[in-house]
Amino acid sequence: MDAIILQILNGLDKGSAYALIALGLTLIFGTLGVVNFAHGALFMIGAFCAVTLNRLLSLSHEVVDETRTDFLGNPLRVDVPYVYEWFGPDVGATIIDWSVPLAILFAIPIMVLIGLAMERGLIKHFYKRPHADQILVTFGLAIVLQEIIKAFYGANPIPTPAPEAFVGSFDFGALIGFDPQTIMYPYWRLVYFSFAILIIGAVFAFLRYTTFGMVVRAGMADRETVGLLGINIDRRFTIMFAIAACVAGLAGVMYTPILSPNYNMGMNFLVLSFVVVVVGGMGSLPGAVAAGFLLGILESFASRAEVIDIIPGINQVIIYLVAIIVLLTRPRGLLGRKGVMEE
Amino acid sequence: MSKFHISRRGLLKGSAVAGIGLAAPTIFTSKAWASFTNEPKGDSVTLGFNVPQSGVYADEGADQLRALRLAVEHLNGEGDSGMMSTFSSKALKGNGILGKKVEFVTGDTQTKTDAARASARSMIEKDGAVMITGGSSSGPAVAVQALCQEAGVIFMAGLTHANDTTGKDRRRNGFRHFFNSYMSGAALAPVLKNAYGADRNAYYLTADYNWGYTTEQAISEATEGVGWTTVNKVLTPLGAGDFSSYIAPVLQSGADVLVLVHYGGDMVNSLTNAVQFGLRDAQANGKNFEIVVPLYSRLMAKGAGANVKGIFGSTNWHWSLPDEGSKAFTRSFGTKYGVPPSQAAHTVYCQALLYADAVERSGSFNPCGVVEALEDFEFDGLGNGKTLYRAEDHQCFKDVLVVKGKENPDNEFDLLEIVENTPVDQVTYPHDHPQFAGGALGACNAGS
Repeated sequence: MDAIILQILNGLDKGSAYALIALGLTLIFGTLGVVNFAHGALFMIGAFCAVTLNRLLSLSHEVVDETRTDFLGNPLRVDVPYVYEWFGPDVGATIIDWSVPLAILFAIPIMVLIGLAMERGLIKHFYKRPHADQILVTFGLAIVLQEIIKAFYGANPIPTPAPEAFVGSFDFGALIGFDPQTIMYPYWRLVYFSFAILIIGAVFAFLRYTTFGMVVRAGMADRETVGLLGINIDRRFTIMFAIAACVAGLAGVMYTPILSPNYNMGMNFLVLSFVVVVVGGMGSLPGAVAAGFLLGILESFASRAEVIDIIPGINQVIIYLVAIIVLLTRPRGLLGRKGVMEE
Repeated sequence: MSKFHISRRGLLKGSAVAGIGLAAPTIFTSKAWASFTNEPKGDSVTLGFNVPQSGVYADEGADQLRALRLAVEHLNGEGDSGMMSTFSSKALKGNGILGKKVEFVTGDTQTKTDAARASARSMIEKDGAVMITGGSSSGPAVAVQALCQEAGVIFMAGLTHANDTTGKDRRRNGFRHFFNSYMSGAALAPVLKNAYGADRNAYYLTADYNWGYTTEQAISEATEGVGWTTVNKVLTPLGAGDFSSYIAPVLQSGADVLVLVHYGGDMVNSLTNAVQFGLRDAQANGKNFEIVVPLYSRLMAKGAGANVKGIFGSTNWHWSLPDEGSKAFTRSFGTKYGVPPSQAAHTVYCQALLYADAVERSGSFNPCGVVEALEDFEFDGLGNGKTLYRAEDHQCFKDVLVVKGKENPDNEFDLLEIVENTPVDQVTYPHDHPQFAGGALGACNAGS
């Protein structure tokens, strides 16, 4: 029993990331009808927003400390960040320590701008083109974005730790009556899961309870009629694209302490997120979220040693196996609506 | 009526042409013209540096390239000559190799077997490299070694720790200075027994390729030899990124030691995950839970930060060693680059010097002469004390360092402390030991 709870918990953080990316993907597909293969790159750029802010805050100048020596026996050169001098060492250290949560504020305007530029600058020219063209151009864009990041930040993963306060893990097992130390869960993963739920809730509430959201939903259902009513639906859809970019970016920002970001991280998540969208049902928002968590948890179960002993390699193919089964038995996906992608 | 007529002069002309025609193929292929692959013709010689410049071992690759540039400088008589001044063999004079200026080309192995072979092949066929060195993974090392054997050039293996490189996949044209899985196990087991006791249950997370397999086997056999029990062995994909789903079940397995058979970026991630999941603060079977990392490097320790404190592992070399060779190399490298060299940098620097020295001693770049000069070659002054290049398997035998993540580092590079310098006798094995069985060096290949 404790093993089952542990694997469920463990699948939640990865599932959260899948759900957040898939949510944006299906939002863009539902509104603009575009299959956006550059969405993983947006997740990656979000992660690099956190790296960039961390570097900006850590900008420093060299001070020679005569009392200490470096490995060659010369006087030690110490890098002192500017924030230490402006706010004092204690506050300065805290600011750098909290760079990942602070990067949320930093990333929102950047991701919105990138989203707007992507949609207005490139993707809008492909609305009337076949899906194959859209896939090719967005895939190409993803490669360009990756290579730009690689040129600036190199190919290696860049460790970006969570604030000191969230290091370590709490004893979830003891909390619900199991033996202590049987179910341990790192604090930051709990933060990530809560953050994902918050963002998903906010997107759903925005679409459900605001006039803007109502118009967008109406446009998703029948774009032509909404247009005939004199509403500029294109502009609203552009804003939805920016929101979707922002959701992917924030998912990336908060994921950096779990997985040190490298330029290629977006591609790994993109492929899985597409499977999530397909399993959940193209164009279905609740489907994307549910399938995200479901596949995250399944992947976690498949990585258990007992499971791998029975079926070697299952941990790396389980998600695709599920996708095949779902597509064979329920081609529309778990929560897919009739008529989507079937014209 | 026949018009066919043979004159004396015509016969002489014809037989001369026929004679040249018959002799020509053997003239062009005879050893007098080109006795081996990529024989240097001009006043320079080209070496191929095949290192991972991307992928999970890219940090190690970057450091190797720094060391190899330094080696080229020293061989050409520039800079402060580094370990050339402490090397026991005095054949190198700082005027290149056999008077030819050393030049180099580089390739990116991408930490992948096929990419490593492709870049090595290109350096041999296109750039005329007469020796290939570098690399930070045993998968590519074994593949490139086989390629060099076929092509008839020398392979001076870089950082490769799997037993296979000088075990079942050994080749006459390939040489390894770095230590191996068996040696890690033999050096670590007694230290682990002293520190953690003989009654321990170990859980293995192992990188899913040849290095992982042989290291897992070597460490488990050595620790079982001192009384430990192996609870479980789980393979993880190379570059998995997030290891949490493999780490989470460890505490429930009844194990009280986790052995992370990971290297480079993978080890940084898996160790960070293990610490996040509270393994280092945990209790199991009434004892403190412990983590062991069989193959340690300073670059990994830097990536993993404070997580490495107190964790045991083994390493081929460390910059803080007090001998003259290590001091000279650290000074030379540190002055040029501002950071101390890693073990990956050290091993390829040594390999470059050892190759150049063997060429000088044999008097030719011919790979078969180099092989002869290196087999059973004994040397000192390259940072590991007295070392032997054993003829039977082309493996270097030298002392092995057992290290531990330092609790209170003096500076940002002072991350590992040396716990024990295991003497070479304790890590020596017969060349047909079961962990190395099934291989043969074969004959040396000089190529064309």
